[in-house]
Amino acid sequence: MTLDELQPGISCKMTGLTASGALGQRLMDLGFYPGAAIAIVRNAPLVDPVELHLDGYHVSIRHNEARHIEVEI
Amino acid sequence: MTSAPILVALAGQPNCGKSTVFNLLTGARQHVANYPGVTVEKKTGSFSIGQTRVELVDLPGTYSLTSYSLEERVARDFLLGDNPGVVLDVADASNLKRNLYLTLQLIEMEVPTILNLNMMDVAERRGQKIDISGLEEILGIPVVPTTAKKGVGREQLREAIAGAAGTTRESTFHVDYGPMEPYILALLERLKEEPILSVQYPLRWLAVKLLENDAEAIDLLRRNHPDAERILEATEESRRKFAAEEGNEVERHIAFTRHATGAAIGRKVVTMPVEKKRSLSDRADRYICNRYLGPVILVAILMVLYQVAIVFGNWLALQVWPAWGALEDFAADVLPAAGFMDDPLLRSLGLWVVKSTTAILNYLPIFFLLFSLIAILEDSGYMPRMAFILDRLFRRFGLHGQSTLPMILGGVYVGGCAIPGVMATKAIPDERARLATIMIVPMMNCLAKVPLYLILIGAYFADVGGFAMFFIATVTLFMALPVAKLLTLTVFKKHSSAPFIMEMPPYHIPTVSGVLRRAVERVWLFLKKIVTVVAAVAVVVFVLINYPGLTDARKVHFAEIETKAVDGFMAAVEKTGYQGQILRDDVLSIILFNEALRRAKQGVTDQDKSNVINQSFEARNPVYYAVVKRVGSDGKALNRAIKKVDKVRKQVRREARAERFETSFLGIAGRALEPVTQWAGFNWRINIALLSAFAAKENSAATLGSIYGLDGSQSVQESMKAGESGFTALHALALMLFMALYPPCVPTSIMVRHQSNSTKWMLFSIGYQTLLGLFVASLVFTGGTLLGLSGFQAMWAFYGLCVAVTLGLGLIPTPEEAEASPVITTTCKNHCS
Repeated sequence: MTLDELQPGISCKMTGLTASGALGQRLMDLGFYPGAAIAIVRNAPLVDPVELHLDGYHVSIRHNEARHIEVEI
Repeated sequence: MTSAPILVALAGQPNCGKSTVFNLLTGARQHVANYPGVTVEKKTGSFSIGQTRVELVDLPGTYSLTSYSLEERVARDFLLGDNPGVVLDVADASNLKRNLYLTLQLIEMEVPTILNLNMMDVAERRGQKIDISGLEEILGIPVVPTTAKKGVGREQLREAIAGAAGTTRESTFHVDYGPMEPYILALLERLKEEPILSVQYPLRWLAVKLLENDAEAIDLLRRNHPDAERILEATEESRRKFAAEEGNEVERHIAFTRHATGAAIGRKVVTMPVEKKRSLSDRADRYICNRYLGPVILVAILMVLYQVAIVFGNWLALQVWPAWGALEDFAADVLPAAGFMDDPLLRSLGLWVVKSTTAILNYLPIFFLLFSLIAILEDSGYMPRMAFILDRLFRRFGLHGQSTLPMILGGVYVGGCAIPGVMATKAIPDERARLATIMIVPMMNCLAKVPLYLILIGAYFADVGGFAMFFIATVTLFMALPVAKLLTLTVFKKHSSAPFIMEMPPYHIPTVSGVLRRAVERVWLFLKKIVTVVAAVAVVVFVLINYPGLTDARKVHFAEIETKAVDGFMAAVEKTGYQGQILRDDVLSIILFNEALRRAKQGVTDQDKSNVINQSFEARNPVYYAVVKRVGSDGKALNRAIKKVDKVRKQVRREARAERFETSFLGIAGRALEPVTQWAGFNWRINIALLSAFAAKENSAATLGSIYGLDGSQSVQESMKAGESGFTALHALALMLFMALYPPCVPTSIMVRHQSNSTKWMLFSIGYQTLLGLFVASLVFTGGTLLGLSGFQAMWAFYGLCVAVTLGLGLIPTPEEAEASPVITTTCKNHCS
């Protein structure tokens, strides 16, 4: 399943990344890698973007980008 | 230890406290500039360790050292090209695992690295224990813990730098890329064949980068290796083979391995607390980023920002004004004295340049407050939250969550300035949204547009002034958003749009010194850039409005009036005891003497001080003093006579100025534009006022004042109403809207060029806003006339149109949104919190 399908409050583990190029590189640089623990913290007031808790720090990404992150609960 | 200067580069990921470490080491001795050829800021500073001078260069904060972003390229080029003796890698101790990702890349580049674990206090507060010597042993580099914010660890850092300098000790640590190692070794062997390459560049790093398909590494190889193409072919083959064997792309494998290595090291040296506490930031974010409360808090913060920077800033600017006024007076005193009708060129040009400069300096207190407030927002960590809350709304119009601040600075309501607004677009990572923001910031209502609004509203919308002000203050946003959207869908279509991936750092309480330092730095940069430009432009404008000048016939005409007035005064002198003492040449001197006296007494309320000034003037010239101060019956009579001459002089000067203006290059241009601007209801006088506003927008009101022959008894709006009998509220509305869409003033244009890094975009921004302004003004004026609307009706009809267009365009998806599959958008909506 992909990250954008999850609701706030859920924790999961990253399993894969389907983005390549600049987006993939950016995500990897910010600490998205298989095995990383991700918790969905909250959606923005207008739903998008979404705030995540990733391995000890907070990062917000758009749902469009979250689609490229494969996770398992 | 050597005594030659050491070059130290300061690297680190964003939000690790790098600036604090920089300030800790350098104190106040720093210098801000740009890296050559790019808009990335470069901060350098220096300090001494014993006899050794250390030159510290602050690299841009980056998560990684790829060649995807400008900042990363700048940082990497510096590390490779400038050969720093030591790299000080600042890491957030409370987030070591993630920060090691950059550290590992630095070690891979084989630069002598010191790892600085900063923010140790935060790590301790969170109950983390870090095994420093264990970390040193694993990485093979010195590790120095600090809490830079509190000044802890300064000496240890300096010692480590001194110790590391001059040593060529490389870390023995290598990231083990597992199944990729054979490929790396094979490539390494081939690279070693070229001796020059192996002297200049770390080969293992180059091999990894080439396998990563890094564009700049490929360039580097092509420049330095005669057999580059064959090697690149082989690399490509390896990439394919690896991906087929491992089922994973090389780039991904490399990044994942680095992260996994960082995580493994982290697990070994960091002891995490058993129980995880919810941090204060988390709890604060529950309210600050809340669905309902978040936007309310955002608006409240913006209101405070506006109140402090603009309202209080304006008050402060008024208090500081006497200082600039004194500067003008000083210039008036040192420049050659005024003439009867014509002033010497040096005087008029000098005063013009000084006044143009002080008009900008007048904004200094506002800028200072603005920059301080921004620094507070930045340091506290609120900025990313603001972007988080507004991103969705702005993205609909091709902008970015981080476009908020530039628009606020530009004056979303009334009273900003486009210069800091455009400056603030620097933070927007998305190139397309950044350009779109740069293009619309000048459309906001900057402070300098306000005088013209006030004149027009006072003259033509006096009974509905509040509504008119609300209209012009808010309609600009409804014009800017559709424009941003249209530009995104057309001109900026091809520009890359970066993903929105943003760290939300924990909140920090900003320090006073940090905020002040940042504000002063930016004000100083602003001053250097703007004042020089303004002074240069002022000279150009001066020529445009003063030349070719009056014809000889008109000069003779004005000279005759002057002679007659002086004759009258001399006749009066004949009848007094001053006969023979006051000559024709003295007439002008008496007038100037009077003006000097008045200037000297400006603001003096104390009787004693006033007497002292009087005495000094009397001592300077008792005869002039008697005339000016009406001493005795002769003095009274001559005072009456000199006042008549002064009145004539003022009249002549005003008329001559107006005529010179009309026949100047700018005046000719104003007339030439009439056929085009008539559809917007502008005549040549308005055209001149608008043209002169290009240098700085406050000029529009000042120029109107001088065109309509302001003589103090009337306000500009009254004399404008009297001078333009055919003008209606519709004319005024068109003029206001044109002013709202007016092209950026010269300093802003320079800033646009600077931030977009292209003259093309600067010219585009000037061109499209001019055309758009003309179009809108013509639409409102000609359309309103044809429909027989009153100014007030046309105003709200136009407002409705703008809101409708904004809403309509908001429904059209941007290119990215169009690409995204709609199913996912709906699932997000169903899953909202």
